[in-house]
Amino acid sequence: MNGFSHEIWQAISLTLQLAGLTTIILVLIGTPLAWWLARSGRWWKEIIGTCVSLPLVLPPTVIGFYLLILLGPSGPGGALANLWGLRTLAFSFSGLVLGSVIYSLPFMVQPLRNAFEANGSRPLEAAATLRATPFQAFWRVAIPMAVPGLLSGMILTFTHTIGEFGVVLMIGGNIPGQTKVLSIAIFDYVETGQWQAAHSLAAAMVVFAFLIILALKLVERRLSARVTP
Amino acid sequence: MSSNARIIASFHDQVGSLAMDIALDVPAQGVTAVFGPSGSGKTTLLRTLAGLHQAKDGFCSVAGQVWQQDRFFLPTHKRLIGYVFQDAALFPHLCVRKNLLFGASKSMREGGDLWNGIIAALELQPLISRSVHNLSGGEKQRVAIGRALLSEPQLLLMDEPLSALDEASKREILPLLERLCQGLSVPLIYVSHNMAEIERIADTLVLMEQGHILAQGPLHQLQTNPDLPLFDSSNAAITLEATLQNYDATYGLAQFDVNGAQFFVPTASRPTAARHRLKILARDVSLSLIRPEQSSILNAVPVVIQHAKRSDDQHMTLSLRLNPSNASTISHATVLLARITRRSWDSLELKPGMEIFASVKSVALERG
Repeated sequence: MNGFSHEIWQAISLTLQLAGLTTIILVLIGTPLAWWLARSGRWWKEIIGTCVSLPLVLPPTVIGFYLLILLGPSGPGGALANLWGLRTLAFSFSGLVLGSVIYSLPFMVQPLRNAFEANGSRPLEAAATLRATPFQAFWRVAIPMAVPGLLSGMILTFTHTIGEFGVVLMIGGNIPGQTKVLSIAIFDYVETGQWQAAHSLAAAMVVFAFLIILALKLVERRLSARVTP
Repeated sequence: MSSNARIIASFHDQVGSLAMDIALDVPAQGVTAVFGPSGSGKTTLLRTLAGLHQAKDGFCSVAGQVWQQDRFFLPTHKRLIGYVFQDAALFPHLCVRKNLLFGASKSMREGGDLWNGIIAALELQPLISRSVHNLSGGEKQRVAIGRALLSEPQLLLMDEPLSALDEASKREILPLLERLCQGLSVPLIYVSHNMAEIERIADTLVLMEQGHILAQGPLHQLQTNPDLPLFDSSNAAITLEATLQNYDATYGLAQFDVNGAQFFVPTASRPTAARHRLKILARDVSLSLIRPEQSSILNAVPVVIQHAKRSDDQHMTLSLRLNPSNASTISHATVLLARITRRSWDSLELKPGMEIFASVKSVALERG
């Protein structure tokens, strides 16, 4: 590990920041969205549901391309960036976060929506007959019962953001400390023939991914034993 | 009775394939059973009363409080109800204690009088610190009933709470439920398709059929109404509120008074319930023109034939008024049912208005 240069540590720290921030934002956005998709009776909700799932099947370059236009100086992202004196959101950390949020959206929403749907309306009805307002029923019943789904969503989002490459390449570029995340760093090492560095980083990521997925499985098994009626 | 002491509701709505057309008017006290075949809308009625379903066109008032009228609709969480679902619907992420306390008000702490009373009545003490996952069906339902009661409801609604249970659990819960109902000042609306349960606990009966109410009123009145399907059933029975007169320990025989008529019922020990209830099956009643003497049958009472109806090709069902001599009780007459063969009907040349004797082969003590 001591063999890692300053640049690599910077990439690791940047990657963790990006993944952490993306996960937090997606918990805040994804939870109400998943709730609405699970509970709403509107016929057009599946149109929104489809949009949420699109990043699962679209090539990252397609998402990256549109994001680039969106974030660029002539898109809404540019107008937004003007507010704090920037010309564009592309090739910046904020732009990367925004891109990751969109790209990882289905990884947060899908497991949560499944959890909300699997728990059904009966527990919420029971809560209502016990004087819980819809808001209280959400916090005291729906969320605790959906914890396994929430946790899967968070871990999937986090790991998926860490592993993201194509979108970052399109909208982030390769600016150390700004947009140079791990996956880009590895690509960079391979391109420049630094195979040893690429090897150690790649191996570290394989181990990391393995541990995360294992932890996810174990936690899920424990939790769903607790909340399955 | 003023509307302050009644539960009045009218719902008109299409719910799936069910056309709901309800005009409910029952007392806001005691136990009201809702009986009907599956698919007749019993559960939908209960859900609509709870506000879990919003009837498009509806009115609902409970003990003078309006819950639904025109565009006004009080949401479920603002209705002071306790609802027991068929499947208990305990919260799987909470232990038994937290389930019980979920709807309890802050002032109602664990260990208070109400808490202790409910925990004792439902025998919940041994379950309190357990997880809900390894409870039996009967235990789950007891917790669900306790949870509903601890939210201090003004109206208790139960949707076939025993139907998912095996016979052993039913036998375990029914007496608890029965004791609870008698001690309870909260009105209970109890949905069931099991007449035996209803005969034990109900005071008022609502008969449902295809989304509407066929009849509603005091249980005894509906049991003895020749126009209702209960009358023709081979399990037709009547229930009687009785007072204990005497207990003969030598023979283990309890003597009950029902509006002046005496009934003897064998019981293992002296009955202790506050209100006793006897059940007599129509097929256990036989008729004779003169007072039966030198017979092993303990209960033979003079009656007058009120109505007679051919129930099927073989049988007649008769309603019999008790105590023809005692004119003062006629206004709230106590009626027995007898199910006899058509051949007996013809050979005894029975007809309405005749004074005869009813021999009751077996009287069951539903509440002792």
